[in-house]
Amino acid sequence: MIAASRAIQRPGDAKLLVIDRDGRMSHRLRSDFSWLLRKGDLVVANDAATMPASLKGTHQPSGKPIEVRLAGRRSLAADDVQEFSAIVFGAGDFHTPTEGRPAPPDLSAGDRLALGPLLATIERMLGHPRLMDLRFDGAPDSIWAGMARHGRPIQYAYVSEPLEVWDVWSPIAGPPVAFEPPSAGFALDWQTVAQLRSRGVRFATITHAAGISSTGDADLDRRLPFDEPFRIPESTVKAIDVTQKIGGRIIAIGTTVVRALEHAAGDTGSVRSGHGLATRRIGPATHLRVVDAIFSGTHEPGTSHYDLLRAFASDSILQRASQELEDRNYRTHEFGDSVLIENSHFKSHSVDGGVGQVYRCA
Amino acid sequence: MKQSTYNAETGGMAGGSEPAITDLPEREEGVLPDGNDSSVEGAGGASDAAVKEEAGRSGTPHFSGIRVGITGGTSGLGLDLVREMGRRGAAVAFVARTADNVARVADTEGAHGIVGDVSLKEDIHPIAMQITGELGGLDVLINNASDLGPVPLALLGDTECEDLERALATNVLGPFRLTKALLGALAGSAREGRGAVVVNISSDAAINPYPQWGAYGASKAALHHLTRIWNEELTEEGIEFLSLDPGDMDTPLHALAVPDADVATLKQPSQAACEVADAIAAALDRLAAHRSHVRSESAGAGPV
Repeated sequence: MIAASRAIQRPGDAKLLVIDRDGRMSHRLRSDFSWLLRKGDLVVANDAATMPASLKGTHQPSGKPIEVRLAGRRSLAADDVQEFSAIVFGAGDFHTPTEGRPAPPDLSAGDRLALGPLLATIERMLGHPRLMDLRFDGAPDSIWAGMARHGRPIQYAYVSEPLEVWDVWSPIAGPPVAFEPPSAGFALDWQTVAQLRSRGVRFATITHAAGISSTGDADLDRRLPFDEPFRIPESTVKAIDVTQKIGGRIIAIGTTVVRALEHAAGDTGSVRSGHGLATRRIGPATHLRVVDAIFSGTHEPGTSHYDLLRAFASDSILQRASQELEDRNYRTHEFGDSVLIENSHFKSHSVDGGVGQVYRCA
Repeated sequence: MKQSTYNAETGGMAGGSEPAITDLPEREEGVLPDGNDSSVEGAGGASDAAVKEEAGRSGTPHFSGIRVGITGGTSGLGLDLVREMGRRGAAVAFVARTADNVARVADTEGAHGIVGDVSLKEDIHPIAMQITGELGGLDVLINNASDLGPVPLALLGDTECEDLERALATNVLGPFRLTKALLGALAGSAREGRGAVVVNISSDAAINPYPQWGAYGASKAALHHLTRIWNEELTEEGIEFLSLDPGDMDTPLHALAVPDADVATLKQPSQAACEVADAIAAALDRLAAHRSHVRSESAGAGPV
């Protein structure tokens, strides 16, 4: 696939590969997304806004330059912003691919870090020379101000222009708790939300602190995704209950929504509202209890995001899909094209078939 | 901001023959009652206003649990809005340009203070991030920060383009950008049944062509119309937009405009802040009533 190298959230020609529950595939314009859904369906998106989680600064013991990428926190509480887990790079910036970034200086618990207006202390190293817990000095408001003023969006080399915060905030973005954008939601503008409503499709949101997608280090990448805190509003749980009752489908916008809803459903299949910490990995062995279809970016095999798709469709279907994406020049990464994959285990209560068939009826 | 020289010429407007500045379709809020001239107010009637005022003064309605963002929060109406919202129990984050003033007000009022300039594009997302980050979301946004245009006031023919640009940047583009950046948070509050309200502070100069008020009046006219269109477009999302004219107040902005005004004739900004708070409470009540109507209509199967 081709890397989408320009920071445009909704290019007019964005493509959508639709895979129904029987593995049938069709190619659509992504702007047609709302027409693939039907009355009674529920779309659930992640409304987390993206914090500028890349902080440049200095490792004070060595005096060497570092880039800290905030990567995790234990809760979404507004005043719980002192402690974060983070990965650290040495000199340079996003223009160098993460695999090629120099290692940071030797880091130890207790080291002081100066990150623009923010000061922090390494609380502990987390079993890897580039992964740590840090603790910011100061009160929550001054930490928010420091991040807002000094931070930059986490960025990778395939987009050459520096990203601004507005490049990575989706139209529906609310609480600024994601470390990287929940980018599947880039496709949703207010017009689409209105279209869904007018077609009798419900719309609900969760807030999930989407974490880092790549560290440039194979050992660290294997530990992704890190634990991610989330919150599910009571109104979203009600919408899920109603949808399940009437046999509608629950369509997750992005991998983070799948992770939050399936974690919150636990082993009972009944989603609970409130705060949680998503710790489970979702993969081929996962039995999905809530989500009937995923709308997502295109993902390369071997990534944790791709693994999550394996809960929806068999490896042979996903391999065929990868070939389709390749043949049709789909673009990848957060500003790229999209896929809509219906859970192959979905048991429809209504007379309609899968996603692809519905489109033909529309 | 009214001057004695145009009180006479706007007598007709004051009597209510002009459309109220906040004449939003199907929404009832009008011009806020004017503290020094009850004849200025819209359809509400003086006794109604008195009742509202009494309710506000006695500490109700309460805003406990409501998260409010206010721009221009260290002086004039904005400062009194910070105080009024806090007094009613809301969690408040306010924005202003000068760090020392922000720190002082944050300290004395127990509110979240944010340093920023809404007229600057680069400041908008840092401001939005701090508002929603520090409050954990947002239910009410009050775009209050305003720029007068040329000081002293000037005829349009004598108005520097840069003065008009600055008024538009602060009074139109700033509120537009900030509202857009916070729309996701506001819509999220609405979906959760908390209600969501955006107040844009307007002026009678948005409707009436007062000589020498060209930059300010044109910018407030644009803001007023933006408010009405936002409101039309986002009704279905459950967000209500209000354009409110607080009347002529004893504020630093008014002093810039009319240095020799008799302050005894001006409304106190605390009075206007109380009225704005009441208007927000009424909007939240309307939204709640609408939600409960939808719920009973749909009996569980309709929009959630």
